[in-house]
Amino acid sequence: MDADNIRRAVSRMSHEILEKNKGIGNVCIIGIRTRGAVLADRISQTIKEIEGKEVPVGILDITLYRDDLTMVASQPVVHETLINFDVTDKKIVLVDDVLFTGRTIRAALDAIIDFGRPANIQLAVLIDRGHRELPIRADYVGKNIPTFIDQNVHVVLEESDQKEDKVVIENKIV
Amino acid sequence: MEWTKHDLLDLHDLSRAELELILKTAKSFKEVSSREVKKVPALRGKTVVTLFFEPSTRTRVSFELAAKRLSADTLNIAASGSSLSKGETVLDTALNIEAMNVDAIIVRHFSSGVPSILAENLRSSVINAGDGCRAHPTQALLDMFTIQERFGRIEGLKVGIVGDILHSRVARSNIHGLTRMGASVTVCGPSTLMPIGIEKLGVNVNYNLDDVIQESDVIMLLRIQKERQQEKYLPSIREYAKVFGIRQQRLQKAKKRVLIMHPGPTNRGVELTADIADGEHSVILEQVTNGVAIRMAILYLLLGTKK
Repeated sequence: MDADNIRRAVSRMSHEILEKNKGIGNVCIIGIRTRGAVLADRISQTIKEIEGKEVPVGILDITLYRDDLTMVASQPVVHETLINFDVTDKKIVLVDDVLFTGRTIRAALDAIIDFGRPANIQLAVLIDRGHRELPIRADYVGKNIPTFIDQNVHVVLEESDQKEDKVVIENKIV
Repeated sequence: MEWTKHDLLDLHDLSRAELELILKTAKSFKEVSSREVKKVPALRGKTVVTLFFEPSTRTRVSFELAAKRLSADTLNIAASGSSLSKGETVLDTALNIEAMNVDAIIVRHFSSGVPSILAENLRSSVINAGDGCRAHPTQALLDMFTIQERFGRIEGLKVGIVGDILHSRVARSNIHGLTRMGASVTVCGPSTLMPIGIEKLGVNVNYNLDDVIQESDVIMLLRIQKERQQEKYLPSIREYAKVFGIRQQRLQKAKKRVLIMHPGPTNRGVELTADIADGEHSVILEQVTNGVAIRMAILYLLLGTKK
């Protein structure tokens, strides 16, 4: 995927979010650090261009909720979670770059529920690459990309990587 | 920057990058304490023991809250009421606790070096919560965190540490930490309470409090430790308060944004007057709030992953 494809996918997903929720009443967007947060900002920007209204955006760091925390060897750096609104009774659109095993999303769901009781939580991802290990699915998908389990999917976004937007699939170096 | 240390004994052992990692991690944990549900599952299933041979409220409660907010189980052992009063050695007590499979032991002892001896002999992580006159690393870290939060930096700031430098582990840990982060530290206090050769730690010595007040961005007061105070050091507490106590009139010459810090417990009317302790420059209670965040960061870094 190149920059234009990503832009169109984000634009379509923004429209779908508006369509499904019949506008932006009660909708809040939460992006998962790091690239989910960038995409969340872009979606909220696009929604603002369409509807002329701001959607509250939050950033979630899921490090402390990881299920493999005690098994990984090197310390994942904890970043700040910034959610400046009450999630209770809101429609939350959770945003991430790649949906793979579903474990990140599981952690994010636990984290959000610690903040309150949302009306519902929807999931938007730029790439769905398959290989789920948990019963989780996305409501909005930028692109489905079939992959082998040992491949890596890299999403590069200008805001976080200082390089032009693209999605690349790499074979793991053995 | 990857964290590799197994214990936290003294800030002297830490590089600037490690100090910066702790401060950065603590920033994320501060947010957790402001949530409605003040708990994250990061240390689920870990057990943390506090082993205190000296009285403490703030530090022990702060460590316990930090551990609980990370979902670890906590257990408190005080010297009185344990087998220590039956003659068991400190190391035996610690080995016995460890035999019950605990992950971290947080120790405070009146003798310098006890945490280091435990660290050499235990598999669990040892965290120094204050040993004798030597080190109190988490206090210095929370002081540094508070300074960084207020000024946005530590590098280049002038910090005056005032009081009983001789007996103060808080002063020593702050000196190591602050100088490594690029601050310039001046110590000030009665000459009887100023250790010989303290300049070798890279600090300035000034016996005139008014000079120190005038040039400092941060004034850190130390408690007059009545329990370590034999009469010979000071003519009287009243005289100390007169010569080295902070009061409104003295602060008039201070910088506009000066921070007044105190590790607690404060002796109101001795190290500082009540109006200063509760005044606009005082960050004494903020230090306590930040203490929990710093201790969460330390527990997370030491216990968060498989070593």
